[in-house]
Amino acid sequence: MSRANPGVAGSTGRAGSTGRADIAVELQGITKRFGDLVANDHVDFDVRRGEVHALLGENGAGKTTLMRILYGLTAPDEGEIRIDGRPVTVRSPKDAIAAGIGIVTQHFSLVRPMTVAENLALGRTGGFRLDLERTRRQVAGASERFGIRVDPAAIVGELSIGEQQRVEILKALARDCRVLILDEPTAVLVPQEVEALFMTLRRLVADGLAVVFISHKLGEVRAISDRVSVLRRGAMVGTVPGSTDERELARMMVGRPTFGVARSEPTGGEAEVLLRVSGLRAAGRHGLPALHDVTFEIRRGEILGVAGVSGNGQTELVEVLSGMRHPAAGSITVDGTELAGATPTAMMAAGVGRIPEDRHASLVADLSVADNLVLERLDDFTTRTGLDERRIREHATMLIERFDIRARPEDRVTTLSGGNIQKVLLARVLSRQPKVIVVAQPTRGLDIGATEYVRGELLARRAAGAAVLLVSEDLDELLALADRLIVLYEGRIVGEIPAADADPERLGILMSGRGRAA
Amino acid sequence: MTFLVDLLAATLRNATPLVYGTVGETYAERSGVLNLGIEGTMYAGAFFGFAAAYASGSLLVGLGAALAVGLLAGALMGLLTVTLGANQHVSGIGLTIGLVGLSEFVNRLLFRGGELQRIEPFPLVEPPAFLGPLAPIFSQYALTYLAFLVLVPLAWWILRGTSFGLELRAVGENPEAADAAGISVARTRYLALMFGGALMGLGGAVFTLASLGSFTLDIIAGRGWVCIALVIFGRWRIGRGVIGALLFSAVYSLQLRLRILPGWGDVPFELLLALPYLVVILALAISGRNVAYPGAYLKPYRRT
Repeated sequence: MSRANPGVAGSTGRAGSTGRADIAVELQGITKRFGDLVANDHVDFDVRRGEVHALLGENGAGKTTLMRILYGLTAPDEGEIRIDGRPVTVRSPKDAIAAGIGIVTQHFSLVRPMTVAENLALGRTGGFRLDLERTRRQVAGASERFGIRVDPAAIVGELSIGEQQRVEILKALARDCRVLILDEPTAVLVPQEVEALFMTLRRLVADGLAVVFISHKLGEVRAISDRVSVLRRGAMVGTVPGSTDERELARMMVGRPTFGVARSEPTGGEAEVLLRVSGLRAAGRHGLPALHDVTFEIRRGEILGVAGVSGNGQTELVEVLSGMRHPAAGSITVDGTELAGATPTAMMAAGVGRIPEDRHASLVADLSVADNLVLERLDDFTTRTGLDERRIREHATMLIERFDIRARPEDRVTTLSGGNIQKVLLARVLSRQPKVIVVAQPTRGLDIGATEYVRGELLARRAAGAAVLLVSEDLDELLALADRLIVLYEGRIVGEIPAADADPERLGILMSGRGRAA
Repeated sequence: MTFLVDLLAATLRNATPLVYGTVGETYAERSGVLNLGIEGTMYAGAFFGFAAAYASGSLLVGLGAALAVGLLAGALMGLLTVTLGANQHVSGIGLTIGLVGLSEFVNRLLFRGGELQRIEPFPLVEPPAFLGPLAPIFSQYALTYLAFLVLVPLAWWILRGTSFGLELRAVGENPEAADAAGISVARTRYLALMFGGALMGLGGAVFTLASLGSFTLDIIAGRGWVCIALVIFGRWRIGRGVIGALLFSAVYSLQLRLRILPGWGDVPFELLLALPYLVVILALAISGRNVAYPGAYLKPYRRT
């Protein structure tokens, strides 16, 4: 491997320490402020050729901002970027691509109606005429060279999420990227796809690629990384070897030891059935069938977990159970009362509490915390002359206290953090003591502290005798909380497992639709 | 037979400005910008094309002026919606009102006195004699030949078969992806709007420089809005949009002929005039449901 002459631009004055020659990219003293918020506070970070360097941190710790700066999507206020030892200015993705940096974000930068070949051709076509035949050959060549299988003629929008991610990685590699940034790459994958991704990464790293792996999942970070750097509230906490144990990594990330919230007592056994769903069918978007003969029961004091890759009927199931979507057939009984096709109000009156996936759509962002807390039960707070402001305020103060919401009653919801918004929603639903709780992705995007709180509340409702339907894409969450699990695939229940017998691998097989015969 | 030949000839003739407008609007919308300035851009193209031809005595100078005005109108739309990120509906309607007003104002300044000024318009291309009774179909303006034989295939090929077309489609579907691929979203949208605007200007000039040889108020009469509908009818495809233009024009030309046919005299002509528009609404209602709009339709792009 040739080295740049250290006497020229490459010299940093500190040359000589081992491994410096291998440093592909180095960020030094990067600072970025958004108004009062310091997203990155004098952050130093580097990645060497042939390693996976994980960037670990909670949501909002500044991981993504740092990588956006490296990729030219965000301009830093201070700091320096060096590539192969030379200081560079990265003003746009174009500069970053030219410098050999590639990124794969959670939201893929793919044009869905176009083919794989067209997507790869984007931005790197020589000349005016578009030679798709040549591009197709190039894709096939790159696919072969990097061992990433994709069909150049496939329409991107018709590929699975795992396949789309492979296209993204191939796209970066086909541009001769030497530093690959992966922003939460596993968030959208089933366990088997994660394993396949890791195998690909190991092979690429062995060939000298430098990989920045952004994540907040400790297990994965340990499985793939050579080094781990931890960001907390915009500042670099430290860099440790990839073998560091999870407890230590979590402590660095959160700033205090964490314990993890998990179901402790065994399942209630033969308690009465509170929610019984049988033969449920419903249409989804575009009127296509989304649920086929879904049948299950949840007993008092039980959490039923619903696993599945998103888009396999979970959203529709939650909507039907909360009265937002009309079922085509089937029955839903809550504590003996038939409710299929009932309105949301009737569902609520029958004791169903709903904590939907999109928490922003469930609250009115421009209204105050106090107003949002009474939105579902305005009748209880109305006098002959109108709303009873004093009681609404008292109600809010009480719930803010009880649910540890970090806000004042008059604060508008839009000013709250994700964790506090979720607490407002929890407070509104749980304060009504629902018999049946339908909850989807309750901790998505929340930091560890808020996640523990939300999970603790759900377990408390379980202990108090509620029946909980928990839809989640986070398998760790399902395994930690649920008593039983069902797996949805293409709108059908393809498996039901007691939590004690469940593990990510078994769930993964069911989630990918391959377990139906078994 | 003569009736059908005449109808076909009129269909092609009347479809010409719609083809220019529809292709132009398709380019704007495929890049992610709904250009409601089309009505005004066609109006300005019609007026300034006429004024330039009148002043210079050259029809080609008139065409050049219409093209330039359209180009500028497209650039202005770009300034409003791309650079300033303003709402596309408001910007487009504002542009239309502004350009119509400007055209009528300059018209009053230049041609005071109200007497209708005329120029010698483009002649019809004389078809070869061997076509016999079909000859009238090919007796068209050069601008019509240009539209169907050059513009449509060229515009289709640019969109499908060139790097620029690929970039334009990518910018309209997923500007984030295009940006991350090193494509300038702003530059691509400006180019699409200016190219589209130039075509709209030409479309307007077809009325003054070819069909009529004069400029009258309300000359575009909503045909820009028809193009907006045709783009949706065509699902943002050049070919389908042109088919829509021909369909509208066929019904339009038919109702013109029905009016003078014996037995139709009792039908109010306003009703007949409404016929092509009703057909467009019907066609939209049938084919326009569940259409997949360009992914970034109406969305200004800003790096976050």
